[in-house]
Amino acid sequence: MSETVDRSRREWLRHIGVSLSLGTAANSVLTAQDAHHVHEAVAADEAVSKGPYLPKALTAHEFATLERLSDLILPADEHSPGALAAGAAEFIDFLCSASDEMKRIYTGGLGWLDGAIRRRNQGQTFLDAAPDRQTALLDAIAWRESAAAGMEAGVEFFGWARKMVADAFYTSPIGIRDLGYQGNRAMSEFHVPREAIDYAIERSPFK
Amino acid sequence: MPEIIRKSPVFDVVVIGSGAGGGTAVKVLTDHGIDVALLEAGPMLNPARDFREHVWPYQVDHRGAGAHSELYFGRQQWGFFAAPVGYWDIPDEPYTAAPGNQFRWFRSRILGGRTNHYGRISLRFADYDFQPEDGLSDPWPVTYAEMAPWYDKAEGLIGVTGTREGLRTAPDGNFLPPIEPRVHEVLIQKSCRKLGIPCIPSRMAMLTRSINGRAACHYCGQCGRGCITASAFSSSQAMIFPAMKTGKLTVIPGAMARELVTDGSGRVTAVSYVDKATRTERQIRCRAAVVAASACESARLLLNSRSLRFPNGLANGSSVVGKYLSDSVGYSLSGNVPALEGLPRHNSDGIDGMHVYVPWWLLGDRRKIFPRGYHIELGGGFRMPQIGSFHQACAALEGYGKRLKDGIREGYGAEVSFSGRGEMIPNRNSYCEIDPERVDAWGIPVLRFHFEWSENEINQVRHMHQTFQAIIETMGGKVNGPVPDPKTAGISVPGTIIHEAGTVRMGTDPARSALNSYCQAHEVKNLFVCDAAPFVSQPDKNVTLSIVAFAWRANEYLAEEMRKGNV
Repeated sequence: MSETVDRSRREWLRHIGVSLSLGTAANSVLTAQDAHHVHEAVAADEAVSKGPYLPKALTAHEFATLERLSDLILPADEHSPGALAAGAAEFIDFLCSASDEMKRIYTGGLGWLDGAIRRRNQGQTFLDAAPDRQTALLDAIAWRESAAAGMEAGVEFFGWARKMVADAFYTSPIGIRDLGYQGNRAMSEFHVPREAIDYAIERSPFK
Repeated sequence: MPEIIRKSPVFDVVVIGSGAGGGTAVKVLTDHGIDVALLEAGPMLNPARDFREHVWPYQVDHRGAGAHSELYFGRQQWGFFAAPVGYWDIPDEPYTAAPGNQFRWFRSRILGGRTNHYGRISLRFADYDFQPEDGLSDPWPVTYAEMAPWYDKAEGLIGVTGTREGLRTAPDGNFLPPIEPRVHEVLIQKSCRKLGIPCIPSRMAMLTRSINGRAACHYCGQCGRGCITASAFSSSQAMIFPAMKTGKLTVIPGAMARELVTDGSGRVTAVSYVDKATRTERQIRCRAAVVAASACESARLLLNSRSLRFPNGLANGSSVVGKYLSDSVGYSLSGNVPALEGLPRHNSDGIDGMHVYVPWWLLGDRRKIFPRGYHIELGGGFRMPQIGSFHQACAALEGYGKRLKDGIREGYGAEVSFSGRGEMIPNRNSYCEIDPERVDAWGIPVLRFHFEWSENEINQVRHMHQTFQAIIETMGGKVNGPVPDPKTAGISVPGTIIHEAGTVRMGTDPARSALNSYCQAHEVKNLFVCDAAPFVSQPDKNVTLSIVAFAWRANEYLAEEMRKGNV
């Protein structure tokens, strides 16, 4: 957890006048409203702008290639910005910086993309290739069953990239809004909206 | 050589372990004004510091994958956001499995133990669980009627949701109001009704109403991370912190019990332990000891407490200590339900886990080909996105681009999952013993596990698969994942349901049991065992509520015996 989050959460706890330290822990009950303040405080800590990201593990070229790949995997659409805006490449680069095993997957996989494009397009990198060339390559590795022979390494890498871009996107504020997840807050009561139940029953065998 | 400190005050009772059993012992004994010392092998708990409740994944650099991507490589010991300081493997405290055997042992080294994070499903054992009618396992030395008032007390303290249903397989209790079923749970209830399967409000140790000075639940659905408001039960917050305020309790964290020390008359006079911070050997003197270190850890402590008088380990003249080890039979299956695709968004967090569940419903059915039964736990809803939440969707949808993004959005909240938790019949090939060849980092001999599922359990798991498939398909859904291997039927790895029990069993016959019906050692009157170790069988009902009920009864008895001067 970042220092900022930790500190402001503690400040909130202090602010609402509840000490959760051991000595008084027996009394340490929060009302739902107080608990909601904690949730809000935590939510307010959402990433402060940090300026342009400098890759920690990947080269500038690898990082730019990964950014492009993430943009192709989960693009912006009418619902939300995509994985590029959500910082998927940053998340993956960060993990690569603390795990050689992870770094090998990405340096190897991104290198494979360049090699595959080079063979098809006389020396271009994946990044330089026209969008339709890029997607033509992805079309050959993004479906396990129909993948072309000899593309196994690409299929394997794309599986990693797809699931990790999805992880990065859907655990970001942008992705959470895209899904419409509305929880992680304090409620005084729990109720299920009638229209949601009706929606499901109407579409079920029980209507 | 570590320094041996012999001088210490004499406590009335030393309690070893601070989970559900140890917490109950501490609460009951200090309420009687008895001086108690509590040994915990892990650190003190500070909920404000240690619980990761309310934190979004993006507020952590690695978002929960682990600092070294452990989750991606299958090396994560437990969810990053979960409460426990607990692991399947603790480097300093290993265990072994006999060749060809497999057993996974989850330990949580922190004040409150596994109660800080556990699922909090709170089910009473039924009358036939105590006195089995099929003769396949031994009867308990107590009846449901004797235990009912202790269940009342346990539920009154920890707080359990539920409704009165009048089912023999799921005895009613002293319940807090239930919580509304979520949308997928409404569909599952309808599916079950069509199949003749009961699906009733769940019985969970979360407060739908404030009791005992603990705030009512705020429905953030993160109970597994530990609850800062103590609205989800934990022994640390609901039992031990209040007991500390009485001035009668001394908590000694970082204390790994090595041995129970006895005198010439065969009574426990002290507990020898290692202070982990200094690796110093210490002894704490006592008039009585309550061992509540978790079923296998308690067996280990007794087996390691050998002396001239007790060459086989303490309280083990019967040689049953370590035997009769069981875990719940586990099997899980998920499916996707088209009726839930595109469901209007709303907050479905509620309480962590299920709002309704399926109690065992085929008691006495003659057509089934396995003994005993199981209950079904349900999952689904709009859960907070986590690392891994969409790995299955990615693998199923494949491709990339807008179609992938639309597919994930459409399918979010449309998955339902089912986990069976069933009864294993104790067998002679499932037990733990001291491994003569290994010690832990404190020099204490470690446990070696033997475990074997029988055809009883495999057949039960096959039945679970058929049932879950029928429920999913009746609601118009489609089962996810491949058909399980026919030989194992997809049965859980032994130990992984984390319901170990039976290793220091109770009974009326001292030749076939270690403890009497009050969890008091037949051979050592001032020694009690208060976790799931005394349990004679592993009913299809999670053990924690019963641990509290049995520990409560045992410690009231201990307090009374101390008052009379018998202990």
